[in-house]
Parts: sequence; C-alpha cells; structure tokens
Amino acid sequence: MSGIWVVLEERNGRIGRMSWEALAAGHTLGEHLNLPVQAVLPGAQTDSLAAEAATKKVARFVRLEHASLATYTSDAFTLALEQFIRAEQPDYVVFPHTYQVRDYAPALAARFGQVLIGDVTGIGAGPLLHPTDKDPSAGTPVFVRQLMQGRLSGEYRPSGGICFVSVQSGAFRTDQTESVSATVETLTPKIEAAQIRTKPGPPFRGSAQTVDLGSAQFIVSVGRGIKEAENLPIVQELATALGAELAASRPICDSGWLPIERQVGSSGHTVSPKLYLAVGISGAIQHLVGMKGSQCVVAINRDPDAPIFEIADYGIVGDLFEVVPALSEAVKAAKQ
Amino acid sequence: MKIIVAIKQVPERDAQVHINSTGKWIEEGDMQWALNESDAYALEEALQLKEKHGGEVIVVSAGPERVGSTIREALAKGADRAIHIDCDDLDQLDALGVARLLSAAIAPESPDLTLTGLQSDDLGYGQTGVILAELLGLPHASLILHVEKTEAGIAVKRELEEGWFQTIELPLPAVLTIQSGGNKLRYATLMGIKKAKTKEIRRITSQELGSAAAPVVVLDRVFAPQKQKSTQILGGSPKEAAAALVEKLKFEARVL
Repeated sequence: MSGIWVVLEERNGRIGRMSWEALAAGHTLGEHLNLPVQAVLPGAQTDSLAAEAATKKVARFVRLEHASLATYTSDAFTLALEQFIRAEQPDYVVFPHTYQVRDYAPALAARFGQVLIGDVTGIGAGPLLHPTDKDPSAGTPVFVRQLMQGRLSGEYRPSGGICFVSVQSGAFRTDQTESVSATVETLTPKIEAAQIRTKPGPPFRGSAQTVDLGSAQFIVSVGRGIKEAENLPIVQELATALGAELAASRPICDSGWLPIERQVGSSGHTVSPKLYLAVGISGAIQHLVGMKGSQCVVAINRDPDAPIFEIADYGIVGDLFEVVPALSEAVKAAKQ
Repeated sequence: MKIIVAIKQVPERDAQVHINSTGKWIEEGDMQWALNESDAYALEEALQLKEKHGGEVIVVSAGPERVGSTIREALAKGADRAIHIDCDDLDQLDALGVARLLSAAIAPESPDLTLTGLQSDDLGYGQTGVILAELLGLPHASLILHVEKTEAGIAVKRELEEGWFQTIELPLPAVLTIQSGGNKLRYATLMGIKKAKTKEIRRITSQELGSAAAPVVVLDRVFAPQKQKSTQILGGSPKEAAAALVEKLKFEARVL
C-alpha cells in the first residue's frame, strides 16, 4: 500500500481551490495515520501546472499524461486512474467533490469493489469519537457527511481495501505553507480512442447575464418558503429597501419563478456579499456552498431546525409573510 | 425507445426527522413519504421522450411494501409498467449494493435508455446512476437537463458548475442521471390514477436478484449537525424582531 493519493483537477489551465482543499484533507488524514501524502494530476500538457503544484507539501507528484485526457470524459479519466491505482495500491484516494469527480469517481471506486464516501465535511479519529469502543477497527478514521439535505450528519467507516473519499467545497482550509519541491514524475496510461464512448462539446453559457451577483454587496435570497410566484413582490420590496440584488435557491429557478442567472449555490453562483439575507430557504448543502463566504448571514425561516441557522449570524424564526413586510418597513424607517 | 426510470421513495421534504434507537438512521414509523425530487424529473423526461418517439416507460424501485404508493404515483403519471424490488433492508446497503440490485433487475429488460435522478433527498450520495452504468457496462452522463434523440444515439444537455452547460453525444444504450429543473413536472390526472390500477407491477425479492454482499462503507452513526456559528435568534412579534434585526445589522454587524 502506498499511502494517500490526492487527485487534483485542472480547469481552464489552473488547478482550482477545491483541489488544494482536497490536498489539505489528505494532510489531515496523513497526520492522523502517519502516511505519506502524494498528488496526481490527470491531463494533457500539464508541465507548467505540475511545476507549481510540486512546490506544495507532497511527497511525490505524478502527472498522468495522455492526449485523451485533454478534454474530460468519464471513460478516459476512469481508465487512466484505474491503471494508476492498480499500480500504486494506495490506502486512500482523495478527490475534490466537483461535478467532474461526481461523474466518474463512483464508477472508478466500483471497479475496485469500493464505494466513494462523497461530499465529506470532516475527518475524525474513530476511537476519539467512540471512547468506549473496543473494536479492532479502532484507528480507522471516520468520515462525516451531511444527510437529509443537511438536517443530519452521518459518520461513515470504511471496512477495508482502498478507501475513496471526496471532500466538500470549503470544508478543509488550504495549506498555505509550501515546502521543498517534489520531483515531477510523468506516467502515460494506455487509452485507446475506441474506449471513449461519449463525445463532449465545449462549455457554453445558458443566456445573456444581466445581473452580477458575484460582486453584489447586499443580497436578499428567496427559497421554497415563498410558496407561490405571486408572493415574490414582498421579497422584492425588501431587496429594494436594502438596495440589494434579489437571488434564489434552486427550486425557485427550477420552477421558472426567477431566471437561472439569479440562482445561488453549487449549480448557480458563488457569492460573498456583506449581507446575505435568506428568506424561506432551509439551507441544503448545495445552497450553502454558494453563500457561506458571506460576511453576515441573516435567516428568516419558520423551522427552527432548518440547517440555514447553522451558519446564520442572526435569525428570526417565524412566518416570512409577517416578518418580511415588517422588516421592509423597519429598513425604510432606518434609512430615512 | 424503451426507457427504464429508477425511482426512490424518500421522506417528504417537510417531515419531522428523529434519530431512531439504533442511532444509525431515522424513525420511519409515522413518516410521510414522497417520490424523490430529481427522480420525478427523470420520469418526466422519460414520458416526454416516449410521447415524441413512442416506446415504453418502465419504473423500477427498491424498498419495502410502502414503496408501492410511489410506484403507483409514477404509473398514474404515465409509466406503462413497474418492477418493485422488494427489500426491507435497503438502509443496510451502500450505493454499490443498491446499484447491484437495480442492475440485476434492469439488465434482462435491455432498455435503450436508463434514467435516474441525480441524487436522493435523504442519503444524497448521487452515485447510483453512475455505478449502475459501470455495472451494466454502458456509457453514461450525469447532471442532465435535456435529452434529444439523434441519428447515432442521443445528445444531452449537461449542467456544469456556476451557470455553464455542455452538450454530450452518446450512443445507445446509455444511462443518464437527471438534474431537476429541465422540464415542468406533470400531475397525475384522474384518468391516469384509474388506469394505473390495471398496470402491471412485477415484484422481485432482493434474494431472487442474488446480491447480499456486506457493505464496504458503513454508516455508523447519525447525529444533529454541529453549529458553525452561534446564531442570535431575535424573538418577539414580527415587528419587534424586525426592529431588533435592523439595530443589530447597523450597530453590531455594521453592514447597513
């Protein structure tokens, strides 16, 4: 077995933040288990990226290099990493929980008779979390991920063999300390053109962008709690009073009540305003990853157990149809 | 086109959630159940494809007796027939175990297209469809909003992160996981509900499908999430709470 391998992801000529967070998660595991942390980057022509990446804290750095890996396909990435993992026999394989990883890592794990522990938010030492536990698996780490749309957390234990894990965006702090360069090794997997069954097209934008949520300082965001499209004006009025952009969680845009360009979350925009006011949003993980970088979060929700309150600075538990109009009045009065 | 849609029954969105006595899952006693949201979109896509190109839509669902109500809902919306994989220990299986059951039930049907929702609203693994493709030896694409039939197979619209999309061409047969929001969902009509009563629901037990491997990943414990911030809850009447919030935002958080 060869310790921990972190799979980095190249996008638009860069290695993204989530990949470095996955590396940080790899280090958390490595320190706990006293295992070496190494990184592998699948792609084509990644020489300059590799030089940058090799300055991070990694014991080994491998470029998994093939022309067929230039554009992502599930078939090519699964084949390349399958060959790499068979050769290296890692204890742990750690991924960033990106859309790309979600598309192939479950199939890759299945080839080894394993199951990906996906969207992990925390890694703990088994025995510490079970002080009375005397079972032989003591020493095996446990992985925490969210269940029931964030209303519960679950602790997962791997039961042997290669362990595949993907980590949630923002859950692990990227390691700032850089150390001596690891040598860059290059490996070439065997991939035949005929093994790639899908033909991916270039990325495109949905429609012309008319709002820039990414740079908005104030955002009022609305979720399922609004019940009907006809009720949106009461939230719009609050946004206007605050000088805020109106945004929404996915179900509102899925229903066509607001355009998709106003959607906040993993499938929409990532925002970090001074004030994020969530109205009738329960706070599923997919929404939280898009807004948890906000400076101040306010939640208005009738369910006191809604996960949005886990990351809110201020909360009002109540009927939004009463609270929001009252808040609009209070904001207007304060601004006079 | 012969299309299979794998659907899951999950706790209703607003249902109260209580951890059960084992500490490993939730109380299911008086739970209200519903069709998983992205599975509803997968079913809708299948029904629209059938309306355009003809063929058959078959739903398959694994779970205990209660799953029957969700299957009947899918039949009432327009699915032609159903396969119910009868198993009481669904919560003991990991994603690979569930995909093995589904794969064993789906393979003999040889569908042109197999659809599932992107992820379940309870466990949220988002893996079943991708593993299913691997087990069936078929190409797949995930996070799909729209399916178009082409000469050579299908062209699908895939969602990427941060508002980007791409088109992917696949040969048939294939497996797709469907993202929510691609279509408008239909309701079951009275006629549909009536017709559903005469449609075939074939029951197979998980033993017949012969896959009882122990899970490789074990859900050991569930617990209430730890708070990341200490939230100040502002009480009183709506008017009082609103006034208190404005004060806090102005003088404490200093964002107004």
